[in-house]
Amino acid sequence: MSTARDNDAQRRGKAPAGERVADWADSRLGIYSLAKANMRKIFPDHWSFMLGEVALYSFIIIILTGVYLTLFFHPSMSEVVYHGPYEPMQGVRMSEAFASTLDISFEVRGGLLIRQIHHWAALIFLAAMFVHMMRVFFTGAFRKPREINWLFGFLLFFLGMLTGFTGYSLPDDLLSGTGLRFIEGVFLSVPVIGTYITMFVYGGEFPGTDLIARLYPVHVLLLPGIMLGLLVAHLILVFYHKHTQYPGAGKTNKNVVGMPLLPVYMAKAGGFFFLVFAVIAVLSAIATINPIWTIGPYRPDQVSTGAQPDWYMGFAEGLVRVMPGWEINIWGHTLVLGVFIPIVLFPVVLLAMGVYPFIESWITGDKREHHILDRPRNAPTRTAFGVAWLTAYFVMLVGGGNDLWATHFHLSINSITWFVRIGFFLGPVLAFIATRRICLGLQRRDRDKVLHGRETGIIKRLPHGEFVEVHEPLSQEQLHTLTQHEQPKPYEVGPEVDENGVARKIKGSQKLRAKLSKSYYGEQAQIPKPTREEYQEITSGHGHH
Amino acid sequence: MKKLSARRRHPLAALVVLLFALAVTGGLYAAFSPSEAKADDSSAQSLAIEEGKKLYAVGCASCHGTGGQGSSDGPSLVGVGSAAVDFQVGTGRMPAQQPGAQMPKKKKVYTDAEIEQLSAYIASLGAGPSTPTKSQYDIEGADVAKGGELFRTNCAQCHNFAGKGGALTNGKYAPALDDVSPKHLYEAMQTGPQNMPSFPDTTLPEKNKQDIIAYLDTVNSDKSKTPGGLELGGLGPVSEGLFAWVFGMGALIVLTIWVAARTAKAKKS
Repeated sequence: MSTARDNDAQRRGKAPAGERVADWADSRLGIYSLAKANMRKIFPDHWSFMLGEVALYSFIIIILTGVYLTLFFHPSMSEVVYHGPYEPMQGVRMSEAFASTLDISFEVRGGLLIRQIHHWAALIFLAAMFVHMMRVFFTGAFRKPREINWLFGFLLFFLGMLTGFTGYSLPDDLLSGTGLRFIEGVFLSVPVIGTYITMFVYGGEFPGTDLIARLYPVHVLLLPGIMLGLLVAHLILVFYHKHTQYPGAGKTNKNVVGMPLLPVYMAKAGGFFFLVFAVIAVLSAIATINPIWTIGPYRPDQVSTGAQPDWYMGFAEGLVRVMPGWEINIWGHTLVLGVFIPIVLFPVVLLAMGVYPFIESWITGDKREHHILDRPRNAPTRTAFGVAWLTAYFVMLVGGGNDLWATHFHLSINSITWFVRIGFFLGPVLAFIATRRICLGLQRRDRDKVLHGRETGIIKRLPHGEFVEVHEPLSQEQLHTLTQHEQPKPYEVGPEVDENGVARKIKGSQKLRAKLSKSYYGEQAQIPKPTREEYQEITSGHGHH
Repeated sequence: MKKLSARRRHPLAALVVLLFALAVTGGLYAAFSPSEAKADDSSAQSLAIEEGKKLYAVGCASCHGTGGQGSSDGPSLVGVGSAAVDFQVGTGRMPAQQPGAQMPKKKKVYTDAEIEQLSAYIASLGAGPSTPTKSQYDIEGADVAKGGELFRTNCAQCHNFAGKGGALTNGKYAPALDDVSPKHLYEAMQTGPQNMPSFPDTTLPEKNKQDIIAYLDTVNSDKSKTPGGLELGGLGPVSEGLFAWVFGMGALIVLTIWVAARTAKAKKS
């Protein structure tokens, strides 16, 4: 037996090194079947599918640079006197955290660049998650079976905000200290338990001596750890569900049309990582972010104007800035509504986006799987809701930067505040109406295009003198893309009486659902697609234009 | 004494006494009266006041009243001192172009000599802080770090941590402090123009004012270093966020489109 095998080996020669390594690994890890199943995994191609990748890569960049920063950062609030190379800070008292951030900026090799990459990447990370989330929202990619993955993504965005906040609080500079003071106010505004929470979190009166040391593990370990787990789950689900695709010829709910992971997407994604890294590195090399050396160390008796958080928290800042300073005094206690209402509104507005998939599936009653994306115009109510939400978000960002709008556009900060107060309620309504109208207009245009073809811009003069524009019929593929979407009927409560003429019991929620469903699928929301008969009638008639 | 007394009727005695008296009065005058140069100065001063009054009557009186007593359109200028005039007129804020929330800085209307005359006139209306001399706002040997701390404690809440300015209520604002001359910085602190509180020497001694000026000279002037690259206005996270969205996210979206457009094509056989 053994001689036979030896002969066999001699005859074929030794297997190549790569094969032997693969064999060695496979016999221990069993990766062959895993790789076989996934290496040829197909992904569809579209630029908007790469927005999540931008977020992923900036997250990796944040982790890499963050590790470098931990080597030099001292999360301590003990007081030191600065004697480093930055002259305007000579002899200034500051916390060790701030001093070590100055050291990272001015003495550690490459420290300032890495700090800036870390911070710029954080802004890009949140922005990319935001844009990615909006892509998923407007194309309806959150529908079954992807609702859980939407929640994972939403949680990642929310945790990203928290991680960002704890991160820019660490240097203990004047701006971040003001932010922590703001958060103290937020905690204090919570009825009954506010004072206890504050004392618990800060370890005593603000600012105390513990806070930075407490935020540090939260920022470098706890939150990124949870995020990493969620991220892996997010990606596993993307693999498991397979990627969605835009409607088009040959694309169905049962297939994925695209390129295989290996080699095409490995090459593309790998290259794209370096492109993202390059953009962030260039940004960090040319533009300052968070110049703590001019902002100065935190002291509770100092504050600077223009004290805003990073952009992803600007929305919360706006809510607090424009809220009237209402207070209720009862039994010797103060309820600070001016702060408490905004901090309740903050998660409410965010959650409106987070739970949207469940609301929509309840309204539409659609429990089927969807792998073909919606064109936003074909879901006017959803699209309008999304734009309305974005409007509220943007209006609040304006509120968060009201002082800079005032100085840069020579406006009164009071007028801006009032504009934001009204705009927060009115803006989304107007945006909703306008967006729905635009969507319906686009649906009508699609219908016209299907029936009459594309306007070529060529003007023809007929023998009797009439001028007509030549319309070019669409290709089969284009016709498919414009007409493949479904136009479901709205949910109806049914007759009010049963077959015996007895009034049926109809729940209020059912009525609400019927009403909402009509706004999604009613006549006001869908321009009827051209039917086969209409199409044939128009295209068969010659000379029609 | 006898000798002197014997000669008191000498024909030249009167002359001697006269000469003596003249010498004494002259000497006393020379010793006690202001020096001759000062006498010239004071006449120049009164001339400046005179000229300043004329300028005032033409350019300022319509709002501040004919005697600087103020009116419904402008505050009283009695006791504001020459430093206030030098600041307001020297930075072009006065004369005001139109009523508004706040008088903006603009090109100055009067020459330096005219500003001095106006200052002299206003100073003559009542005692107030006078235009600082060069040595007062000289930043040689000032403590930049101390200035930074003072700036963050007293100035940053309106002017921003780097002196880039900020908003106040109802369209008023704390202006950016870029390219403000040391003299005007000093005068602003001394007199508290428009919405600014004043920081007289009793609260912020001359030395501390110099420290602050030196700090601004280090962090907010042509020669300030920006180790991190572009400052983005020095306004903090708002401009950073805008930059990240427009240039960072903008570039990345362009790249996604570029990468997606370059894909492996299936071979057609």
